[in-house]
Amino acid sequence: MLRKISASVLSWTYLVLVYAFIFLPVAVLVLFSFQDGRLPVPPFNGFSLQWYEAVFADRKLMAALGNSMVVALASSVISVLLGFLAAYALARYKLPGSALQRGLLIAPMTVSYLIIALGLLSVLNALHVPLSLMTVGIGHVVINLPLCFAIIYASMGDHHINIERAARDLGASDFKVMALVTAPMLMPSILAAFFLSVTFSWDEFIIAFLLSRFDVTLPVEIWSMLRSGLNPKTNAIGSLVFLASVAVLFILELSLFGRTKKQ
Amino acid sequence: MADAGTLTSATALEDADRRKAWGFVAPALLWAAAFFVVPFAFMAAMSLWKREGRELVRVWNFDNYARFFSENALFQGLVNSLEITVIVTVISVLLAYPLAWIIAERVPKRLQRMALILAILPFWTSYVVRSYSWLLVLSKNGVINQMFMNIGLISEPLELASTRTATVIGFVHFFVMLLTLTIYSNLIQLSPNYRRAAADLGANAFQTFWHVVLPLTLPGIMTGAFLTFVLCIGDYVTPQILGGNNELVLPQIIMLQLGRRADFPMAAALSIVLMLAVTVAYVACARWLKIERA
Repeated sequence: MLRKISASVLSWTYLVLVYAFIFLPVAVLVLFSFQDGRLPVPPFNGFSLQWYEAVFADRKLMAALGNSMVVALASSVISVLLGFLAAYALARYKLPGSALQRGLLIAPMTVSYLIIALGLLSVLNALHVPLSLMTVGIGHVVINLPLCFAIIYASMGDHHINIERAARDLGASDFKVMALVTAPMLMPSILAAFFLSVTFSWDEFIIAFLLSRFDVTLPVEIWSMLRSGLNPKTNAIGSLVFLASVAVLFILELSLFGRTKKQ
Repeated sequence: MADAGTLTSATALEDADRRKAWGFVAPALLWAAAFFVVPFAFMAAMSLWKREGRELVRVWNFDNYARFFSENALFQGLVNSLEITVIVTVISVLLAYPLAWIIAERVPKRLQRMALILAILPFWTSYVVRSYSWLLVLSKNGVINQMFMNIGLISEPLELASTRTATVIGFVHFFVMLLTLTIYSNLIQLSPNYRRAAADLGANAFQTFWHVVLPLTLPGIMTGAFLTFVLCIGDYVTPQILGGNNELVLPQIIMLQLGRRADFPMAAALSIVLMLAVTVAYVACARWLKIERA
């Protein structure tokens, strides 16, 4: 009995300690984003929203925020589209060398982002292609396509084939079958692939850093803010991104995943 | 059964189907070929060229690799990378496993999802900001130093930031969250029957864990550990922000080549070395890795 209690006390103590470790930096980040002073470190001088005002007044930061959204959405749409088409072809048709094709599509997952970025940068330099948000987006599709393909391919069960066949027998063209039958059936995994891609692209740093020039994404802009050292404004933008992400996560959990559970 | 006529039309149909299928898969394959395979091959080739002044000279040679092995500043980067990555992977697994186990076994079922979501909530801070927030904790006038000085534990602030320890803490923070997630999903997939059987055969709690639960979750642990290894050894941001300019890791040295010196061939050669390190790690734990090919 006593041993059981002490084991349980030990478990809960451990749980609390690790949670404290996990939350410590985030708590400090958010707390000192409200700092009434120039340094985001103790002592806490009082509550102020001045750094949030500074964030919203910062043109470059707001532009970077917009750029990040554009790159994340565009690269995710392309990744999901190409991933879906490839998954459909490889799951429904017998193609020569399909194992090799799958391998090629998955391969970028195993290579670090830095190396992918470096390879692209060298080729773009050699071809004298100017760097822009477009080149960042191309890089983000390279890292997100394997993910989208793998997720959608894994969910293409054979039990869907008969439904697609029925649609075809009733005269639907291939594109109609795909758009009106296959895609709706796979919607949960397509959406999962899409949101995962958006998250990865939104948060990606090294590709965006190496493949952009004048227009930069948010992580790159935050990176250049770090050069000025500890600054409550960095806390404020960091807290905003964190709270926005958590809010989106919460909405998704309630709407999307709550619904699929009921099905 | 089938006469010649239906046979030809069947193959004709198959041919048409195949052409269509190629059409569907082609865009993805072309994208991967143009923006992944070609750049990678180009980089591999470039690692065998050299730089003279600001010009790229296309003479095939192994100078970059020879320099990597002979110049201590370069080779030490690989050593630092490997040391940090191994330390981070081991600490992260050791911290995450008990946490995942407690969530799976001790936390009431209806609260488990909540506990897990909480455990990975800081995942959603932006990646660059996550390292920055550790700087707030560890820097000279940061939270830890001020707290320790207030309670009189130390009189002078400790140099915590810009050290290898800071890099390790930043990494462990991230990977504990990742590994808790993977190990937890492994633990709850385990049928309780195994444990019941072990208990029936007279095993105590520790024996059951050591001989039954741990071996059964080992593939999951190894997959998570491998993922940790790959992500950790290739990361530039965390060591750059938290480790500063001391004990540079390989990605930092690669980025240095790109900066002032614009030595792309050397950066390419170092990248190939980095990839080889990952490949060796993969081969080393391949027998535990069950990366499912759906």
